[in-house]
Amino acid sequence: MIAVRLSPTLRALPTLFAVSFAEAVAYRAEFLVWMLSNTMPLIMLALWSAVARDAPVGRFGQKEFVSYFLATFIVRQLTSSWAAWQMNYDIRQGTLALRLLRPIHPMLMFAVENLAAQPMRLLVALPMAVIWLTSVGAAQMPREPLSWALLVAAVLGGWAITFCANFAIGCLAFFMESSIKAMDVWLALYFVFSGYLIPVELFPPAVRAAGDWLPFRYQIGLPVELMTSAHDRAAAVALLWRQWVWVGIMLAGAIALWRKGQQRFAAYGG
Amino acid sequence: MSIQAPRYARLLAAQMRASTLLLLQYRFDFLVDGALEILWAGTALVPFFVVFHARESVAGWSFGEALLVTGWFILLQGILEGAINPSLTSVVEHIRSGTLDFVLLKPADAQFLVSTARFQPWRATNVLTAGVVFVYAFHLLGRPPSPAGVLAALLLLLSSTLLLYSLWIMTVSAAFYVVKIDNLSVLFSSIFDAARWPSTIFRGVLSFVFTFVIPLALMTTYPALALLGRLSGATLALALGGAIVFAVLARMVWIGSIGRYTSASS
Repeated sequence: MIAVRLSPTLRALPTLFAVSFAEAVAYRAEFLVWMLSNTMPLIMLALWSAVARDAPVGRFGQKEFVSYFLATFIVRQLTSSWAAWQMNYDIRQGTLALRLLRPIHPMLMFAVENLAAQPMRLLVALPMAVIWLTSVGAAQMPREPLSWALLVAAVLGGWAITFCANFAIGCLAFFMESSIKAMDVWLALYFVFSGYLIPVELFPPAVRAAGDWLPFRYQIGLPVELMTSAHDRAAAVALLWRQWVWVGIMLAGAIALWRKGQQRFAAYGG
Repeated sequence: MSIQAPRYARLLAAQMRASTLLLLQYRFDFLVDGALEILWAGTALVPFFVVFHARESVAGWSFGEALLVTGWFILLQGILEGAINPSLTSVVEHIRSGTLDFVLLKPADAQFLVSTARFQPWRATNVLTAGVVFVYAFHLLGRPPSPAGVLAALLLLLSSTLLLYSLWIMTVSAAFYVVKIDNLSVLFSSIFDAARWPSTIFRGVLSFVFTFVIPLALMTTYPALALLGRLSGATLALALGGAIVFAVLARMVWIGSIGRYTSASS
């Protein structure tokens, strides 16, 4: 039964990818500006290197900070999603009706659209990765295949949490007018707790413990830490477990909100 | 020009009244925006507390002194997002849809009209937040600013506003050449984010760029130095002169770009 229903979706996926990729290429100038807007890690890099000029902070010397924030820049590129804004627009404008008509779950479509832009993002992320490797990263990058596998899983998990959160908050547009403002609240917490501005290790112990239970640190912090080999195998696996539990929670939440919200949807216009 | 001035003042008042009336329709948004503004200011301060928890001073700035820079950043962010961003974002939309025609037809300077089209009075919350930060910073420093320092800082506030506005006009002028640039404002704000830290943390190329190309140092670090009484008269004069040069340059770019405007339809 499921196989019969899945196969048209699977067959449509490559085409969906191609279309979404073409769209990203068509708006390349706009896309480039979006990518360049994520300059915050570089500012934080300058700041934290200035802080560490005289003496290291915790285990972070200047070199470790450079490595951490270049990795943050790369991970942020690879784990980004903007589905909340797309959903908000589609629900406000009524264009969600077009998505509902198609025989593919809209969540899957948004996911494909966001993922198809990844090759474009690599254009910015790859040169940064080369800079990272040649300057400081070579000494810190994972050595064994298993560590690499964990890193890939962490980046995927980070993206999945980001995307599901985006989709869930996008669904709030069914219920309230200011879902974009809800997204702002989420983003503010995300910036603080994800390790985007400050490595989570440098937080006071109480804040750090709280951060370990929140989803944010698994969006950026964990992939970056695995990229810079900050954890031993056991700790990495334990954190990865927590991350994927969060992926499950976010996915369940997103699907539940979608089911509830979809019933309230009324297309605008004629 | 002297005959024109009262007319433009009346026009400015009318534009501001229109913006305020428009926003009064969304009173609930005011509360939400105000709360969000405070949350964002909080996220801006978190790295600050963590950094100064680890160190007494960073790049020659103590906690209280660096807090002054952040105060200026919050203040200027309020000006940018309350008075500059909203208007100029609507220009981009005008250019794309071709409705800039209607603005150009009006018997007043087009740059003035588009620059004053929209205000967000709610952003005044930033001015209050900045005030609180200033008071706290001087409480930490244990002495009030000197009157001369305050005067110099106010002059620099004028020049910073002028600089921000000029940079924005130049950015928006790009909309006449490239069509879809509504996200330039996001890029602009993300670069402006660097201004929340004292400019001495930046070294080499970045330091040059942030002083002369995108003069972030002039906008937040210099006024903070002025409040501390550490800014020389010569630097103050140079900063003011630089702002005027930027404004003239922006005006020229605007006039040059608007010559390229060819409406949109047909």
